[in-house]
Amino acid sequence: MSKYQSIADLVKVAEEKGTRISEIVIAQEMENSERSREAIWNQMAKSLEVMKDSVEKGLTMEGKSASGLVGGDAQKLNKRRLEGKTLCGDPISKVVAYGIAVNEINAAMGRIVACPTAGSCGILPGALLAAGEALEASDEDLINALFTSSGIGIVIATNASISGAEGGCQAECGSAAAMAAGAIVEMAGGQPGEVAHAVALALKNSLGLVCDPVAGLVEVPCVKRNGFLAPQALIAADLALAGVKSVIPVDEVIHAMLEIGRAMPVELRETAGGGLAKTPTGQAIEARLFGKK
Amino acid sequence: MRGVFDIVGPIMIGPSSSHTAGAVRLGRMVRLILGEEPQKAAVYLHGSFALTHKGHGTDKAIAAGLLGMETDDERIRDVFDLAEEKGLELEFVPADLGNVHPNTARVMAIGTSGREVTVTGASVGGGNIIITEIDNYAVELAGNYHTLITIHEDKPGIVAIASHILSQHNVNIAFMRVSRQNRGAQALMIIETDQSISQKVLDSIKNIEAVKVALAIPPL
Repeated sequence: MSKYQSIADLVKVAEEKGTRISEIVIAQEMENSERSREAIWNQMAKSLEVMKDSVEKGLTMEGKSASGLVGGDAQKLNKRRLEGKTLCGDPISKVVAYGIAVNEINAAMGRIVACPTAGSCGILPGALLAAGEALEASDEDLINALFTSSGIGIVIATNASISGAEGGCQAECGSAAAMAAGAIVEMAGGQPGEVAHAVALALKNSLGLVCDPVAGLVEVPCVKRNGFLAPQALIAADLALAGVKSVIPVDEVIHAMLEIGRAMPVELRETAGGGLAKTPTGQAIEARLFGKK
Repeated sequence: MRGVFDIVGPIMIGPSSSHTAGAVRLGRMVRLILGEEPQKAAVYLHGSFALTHKGHGTDKAIAAGLLGMETDDERIRDVFDLAEEKGLELEFVPADLGNVHPNTARVMAIGTSGREVTVTGASVGGGNIIITEIDNYAVELAGNYHTLITIHEDKPGIVAIASHILSQHNVNIAFMRVSRQNRGAQALMIIETDQSISQKVLDSIKNIEAVKVALAIPPL
């Protein structure tokens, strides 16, 4: 089987073979790693368990991160959601709470799955698990969806970037939302072409997003941004499943992300040298935490 | 080509793959190079490590690695209590280590037998590390292979004897590097191999007269 270089490759092979994208990703991984299907499947199943666990812990955790900047917000929203008071309702409010929960766990030195990175680790589990609950998906469905999202992520990482230092937040959180969007479409029974459109739609909406963390910590604005970007995956999935198409094909969107990342000043690529990090409050927080003027 | 677990994975303790997960692996590598339970460690943190180690838990992560933990161990958050229980004395010092990677740490560790090592390494992104110096010898070690490290007298034939022992046990050498401080004094040899280095192989290497220290290090 040929190695897939683009989302178009994945779609083409899936359509030709009449199979799901997750199957192509699994087959390629078996070939690359020379490991059995069972070994790969079990490893991904473990990732799913850690994801579920991080959502649960994030929704119940006490206390804050070491810096004291984040913690407890997922619980606040979840309480209001369970009281039936949120404007967005379910599953959107649930997705937001889940996304924030996982990233709060990350900031508090809990166990997470980097997907694709630690800073963006709430988006894929948040979107996928909440969508899975809405779709009454089995663990097998969710594990397949994680393979689909990995395949999408591999293409993005190969043709653009998944590193904030290289491409800003669009490369981390934007990629995570795009991975989740495509995976949810497939989990909901969408066609490979619809997966591609969902990836494009989600990624387009986060192009240009900069990485400007206060004091260089994976906390502000990262934690809440995970909450904002996770539902974007569901919106993109709904649009694609409804037959809405991205005017710009997905692989061109990925290339645009690379170009935008290259044009982004270094101050806005994970260096805490600009943006929110350099606001008066951002600088005051940095001075308080690290004694820097 | 990247694998699926480079994208969905690794499973790790947050918050940062470079400042936390990579730091655990740096600490683990120091422990492996020391070759025994550490009793005391002074950790010099450079650059971004020096500036943000408290917020990222880099200090806890290195301590966890020194105690042999993996990057996904939930005890990392409370590792200082565990270090105290185990009698590991720790000191963290912000330092300027010169023109090195911004995420660099130098660890001076003393083991239970009194053996001392000084190891310098950098966390280069995504949890990956490179060890750049062992006891003043310049090295380049990423921990991706089985590795044999020797410190031996700098004289002819040692490299040949060691590689002969490996070939006799069907261990294939992937990469090899020898460095020394002064001619005729001591040299450090690093051999990265495709197969694991058994205790038997290690014992044979240790039996070479000129070899003072020999360590077999599994991939991280």
